[in-house]
Amino acid sequence: MKVSVITFPGSNCDHDAYEVFRSRGHITRMIWHKDHDLQNPDLVILPGGFSYGDYLRCGALARFSPIMNEVIAFAEKSGFVIGICNGFQILTEAGLLPGALMRNNSINFVCKHQMLRVESANSPFTQGIKVGSLLDTPIAHKEGNYFIDPDGLKALQDNDQILFRYCDAQGQISPQANPNGSLDNIAGIVNKGRNVLGMMPHPERSATESVYSQDGKRIFEALESYFDGGN
Amino acid sequence: MLKAKIFVELKPSVLDPQGKAVTNSLHNLGFEDVSQTRIGKYIEIVFDSSDREYVSKETTRICDSLLANPNTETYRFELMEIMS
Repeated sequence: MKVSVITFPGSNCDHDAYEVFRSRGHITRMIWHKDHDLQNPDLVILPGGFSYGDYLRCGALARFSPIMNEVIAFAEKSGFVIGICNGFQILTEAGLLPGALMRNNSINFVCKHQMLRVESANSPFTQGIKVGSLLDTPIAHKEGNYFIDPDGLKALQDNDQILFRYCDAQGQISPQANPNGSLDNIAGIVNKGRNVLGMMPHPERSATESVYSQDGKRIFEALESYFDGGN
Repeated sequence: MLKAKIFVELKPSVLDPQGKAVTNSLHNLGFEDVSQTRIGKYIEIVFDSSDREYVSKETTRICDSLLANPNTETYRFELMEIMS
């Protein structure tokens, strides 16, 4: 795959993402937010961090960075985009994903390992992963409380757009297993076209041998098999 | 010149954990009559124009495009004549 990782002022997971894709053998490029060329990627990564210092609302200013015109055009032509953490916030602000990420209900910054349950294998990001599989993935955010109006939530459920939910070690979805107050324990969703993924947990921080969990790797393996399959 | 005084507020249907924490602190301070606190944003924008109709339209466009997130927030504003 050809992967372009966008760096916004304040991004801090761009190098983690770059390193994971590079080490997996992909042609990986770092793209500055003021650039106007995505360099013909198969996949665009909007990384985690604190773009523009989270001023006004998380992602609200990054959404107007020059490169976002290209990212939106790329996504609208069915290009693959993953927004991780702050990247997810930017995708909702840009209107590429529905809903919004609000302040955690605890008001605290939450930084810990968190279990996710895979809720749908019907996406290039989760194909081949059995529904109900648990992924141990780090979270680190203060604004990860997913919110959408009742009609929007119903549409997400009806269209099978919820890919990951927060759960406990036994895979139970419960308020106790919800680290931030997200509606319906939502941790990650895709758009209707199933080419844009937003998730608060960090798969790129759980994808190499040097860290505690390698479960995040399964998302990248799913995408790789999608591309290798000639799709 | 006109100054727009803009208030961005969370929709009533949206929980405000920050406001809830402030309510708890106020109770701890002895303000027991406080039943609810909601926290929003206050923004001032100064325009190089005294045309109220134009400035009102521009402020609406600014709020819709950037200052408020329609998923979670509402906004209102008032205009005020100021000396340049």
